[in-house]
Amino acid sequence: MADSTLKTTEAPKENRLGLKAADYSGGKSTLCAGCGHDAISNQIIRAFYEMSVKPETVAKFSGIGCSSKTPAYFLSRSHGFNAVHGRMPAIATGAMLANHKLMAIGVSGDGDTASIGLGQFMHMVRRNVPALYIIENNGVYGLTKGQFSATADEGSKLKTGVLNDLPPMDLCALAVELGCGYVARGFAGDPKQMVNILKGAIAHNGMAVIDVISPCVTFNNHEGSTKSYPYAKEHDELLHQIGFVQSYEQIEIEYDPGTVKEVTLHDGSRIILKKLEEDYDPTSVVDALQRLHRANASGQMLTGLVYLQPEKKSFMDLLNVVDEPLSSMTIERTRPSRETLDKIMNELM
Amino acid sequence: MSDTLTATAVLEEPGAAAEPIVNDLTIHVATVNGSGSQSSNSVLMRSIFQMGVPVSGKNMFPSNIAGLPTWFTIRANKDGWIARKKEVDLMVCMNAQTARDDVDHLLPGALCIYDAPLGCKSWRSDVHFFEVPFSKLAAELSTDSRLRKLLTNMIYVGVVAELIGIEREELVASITKQFKGKQKAIDPNVAAIDKGIEYAKANLAKQNRWRIARMNATAGKIIIDGNAAAAIGAMFGGVTVVTWYPITPSSSLCESLIEYCRRFRVEQDGRANFAIVQAEDELAAVGMVLGAGWAGARSMTSTAGPGVSLMAEFIGLGYYAELPGVIWDIQRVGPSTGLPTRTAQGDVNQVAYLSHGDTQHIVLIPSSVKECFEFASEALDLAEIFQTPIFCLSDLDLGMNNWMSEPFDYPTKPIRRGKVLSKEQLDELQGKWGRYNDVDGDGIPYRTLPGTDHPDAAYFTRGSGHDAFARYSERPEDYKGNLDRIARKFETAKQYVPKPVIDQRDTKIGLIAYGTTDFPIEEARHQLRNEAGVETSYFRLRALPLTSELEEFVAQHDRIYVVEQNQTGQMADILRLHLGEAQRKLRKILHYTGLPCDARSITEAVLKMEATAEYPEPLLLVRAEPPKKHAPAAAAAAVRAMED
Repeated sequence: MADSTLKTTEAPKENRLGLKAADYSGGKSTLCAGCGHDAISNQIIRAFYEMSVKPETVAKFSGIGCSSKTPAYFLSRSHGFNAVHGRMPAIATGAMLANHKLMAIGVSGDGDTASIGLGQFMHMVRRNVPALYIIENNGVYGLTKGQFSATADEGSKLKTGVLNDLPPMDLCALAVELGCGYVARGFAGDPKQMVNILKGAIAHNGMAVIDVISPCVTFNNHEGSTKSYPYAKEHDELLHQIGFVQSYEQIEIEYDPGTVKEVTLHDGSRIILKKLEEDYDPTSVVDALQRLHRANASGQMLTGLVYLQPEKKSFMDLLNVVDEPLSSMTIERTRPSRETLDKIMNELM
Repeated sequence: MSDTLTATAVLEEPGAAAEPIVNDLTIHVATVNGSGSQSSNSVLMRSIFQMGVPVSGKNMFPSNIAGLPTWFTIRANKDGWIARKKEVDLMVCMNAQTARDDVDHLLPGALCIYDAPLGCKSWRSDVHFFEVPFSKLAAELSTDSRLRKLLTNMIYVGVVAELIGIEREELVASITKQFKGKQKAIDPNVAAIDKGIEYAKANLAKQNRWRIARMNATAGKIIIDGNAAAAIGAMFGGVTVVTWYPITPSSSLCESLIEYCRRFRVEQDGRANFAIVQAEDELAAVGMVLGAGWAGARSMTSTAGPGVSLMAEFIGLGYYAELPGVIWDIQRVGPSTGLPTRTAQGDVNQVAYLSHGDTQHIVLIPSSVKECFEFASEALDLAEIFQTPIFCLSDLDLGMNNWMSEPFDYPTKPIRRGKVLSKEQLDELQGKWGRYNDVDGDGIPYRTLPGTDHPDAAYFTRGSGHDAFARYSERPEDYKGNLDRIARKFETAKQYVPKPVIDQRDTKIGLIAYGTTDFPIEEARHQLRNEAGVETSYFRLRALPLTSELEEFVAQHDRIYVVEQNQTGQMADILRLHLGEAQRKLRKILHYTGLPCDARSITEAVLKMEATAEYPEPLLLVRAEPPKKHAPAAAAAAVRAMED
């Protein structure tokens, strides 16, 4: 497997807030040993730590399933909300309406997002609610012991020998189609790539959809599975090498002209993509969809930053609400005057 | 049809009636929906209101945009009775689809204005007909076909006004208000009214049986629907997040809120101190409400029965994870799609216990537009105080029809935001706090809001089992302890919810009702007292949980009639569970035709049941259709079948 990342910066022992990595940890995981989801939790901890995000400003959301348990395993100094199955988007959207200063991170699974929660997921993307939305995608329902999900590949085999005969949903393609401004696919077995994808998502203003292939070691890691560690490693097709430079860092990356694409994000940080494919432009919807479909057709697992559109207005921008969180509004500010009520009453007389 | 009415004399010459009935009549206008008759009916109603006569208006409309029958009923009543009255005194027939049936249902002696081509006159000899060639008159006003259609409806306003004595200057004032002072719209409508008046003067016989005469009972009053009243109440109650999904009859609540908030809640820099979002469905709408409530907003949604059904899972989460939020249920006729544009009180059971598992909810039940205004703000407070979803149970009749009311009072009570720990309080607690820990003994724990800048602020919210410190738990004592504590909140709520309104008299008979049944109940009590010498006490329920006043009221009476607008007596059954032995005193009077309950039906039911020593079965106010002289059109029959 080729190296997926560009070396940009070394991690210090304390971040810019003076917090240690341990300040970003969570409770002990109760998932199976070797579960891809734990690898993702570790990278979430690392990304938030290295980005110096204050944990108290973060709100964690999830639905139901193995993946949705994970917000208890990272950032225990952040409020968390384990919602009902497939309905995390509504809870997260409501919380962001109440307090748009929060940084929302949602963790969901392929069952939670692609089946029961597909409608809410699509509308959250369509609204462009500012949030990281991570799908820990293993192709099966783990918590109910191994039924196929809607992202299971055609021909993929269950442990019991049952073959999946329905086509998979590609949640990245769906997110691109719905206008998401930050769409990426990662692999739990490639933490370096993932942490940079996560950092970019943290810096992005708007919704970021990150589909992470995260093998289920108990129910979907056998021969015949297309979401196993060995299968994913073998079929991982890198779009580019990805690097991330924080806004305050003065790092210039040397590269040959035409081989690297650099995109500045909302907070001034930069995503640097070293092109492995000359003709691929990650800011083009058409390129993104075409490339995803091509990979799917050839049975490859395309990873990297699939689509990026940092200029898109977020839902909070469109609502044009006051700068302070609505949750902090006092009645003095929200209750119109006595004269206003008189005026309304007069209109009704 | 009822046979208890006095207006049975067949009058050959209507003008010859000795004593006119002043300021006590019901006008029923039958039109086609989408024809613009709503403006005409509003003008008619408002003109009567401006003459100082108490008035109410009810729109009986189809679930359709254009082409189906619709009726508008205006009741003017000098004594202030504004409930629906079944009997029609003045019919305006503008719709060929329903004319035959509309005329058939009139009582002998009624007045009927009809569009000339309908030829209603030949159908009955005991009704006074007034034929008007509306199309011909409209053609004299305009050559534009669309405008002619609209003006046709304004012509009948003129005819009605001339016939019963509504003053022209009030018609003009109402039109000016209706069209917001736009002269281009005002002029042709005034011309249409004049056309009607002139025609009536020159061609129609005078009638002197029903008259509208100026009085002074509406000065300083407002006319508003319950949904707009609730919207204004929520705005003044400091609502900040509103998420909703369109559904009749609740849509106008959030639409009014959008309109008012855009006018009065946008700050000087042009930015809003509210967020109103149309969700993708009711599941998302209530999810956003609870997410917003969790994060500290005063949040609400409005919906109707089908939406409440969809919200069931989230409401269970809100109950168990203890999330504030307000849900207005503007009830319509169920089950299923039911009759989307007709009224009922059929969601009582649903909102009282919504969700799987053991749940019971706080429910506020307004009976008037003024209570819609007040409860909207009250519900936001209770949601935050009790950290739970609060239902406001209104209905189509209250929510969408026009009601006369005293103006609303400016809220002076400080709002209550419940137990929320600040950064400073967290400092004092030094990390020793449990999200679900009952430190005050009232069942209500303390919470923190996400974003609170303190390392001890965070906790994990979940719908799965948890202990007092919000940790995941499947321990039996944690589960039971938590559920019992939440039940204690419900006990505490008894001290906070609006108390019942009780009118206690020296009698063995008590009436219990709630919501819009209040309007006909008060009138029925008047009828019972004045016509049959039967005195009644009245207990108007305004909330769940039930409070101790209920037991006292039941103890003081021998027979209690619970009057409500559903098939099974949903509230009566909740009362029965609550009352124990005393429940044997309860009798059900049930009205569920899709139309608002009327006083006469209640009066008759009470008298009938009073005459029977033992009356084990509820008396249903739905009776078989009387035999008809004519076979009406099938569509009209279906709609009419809902009438008594």
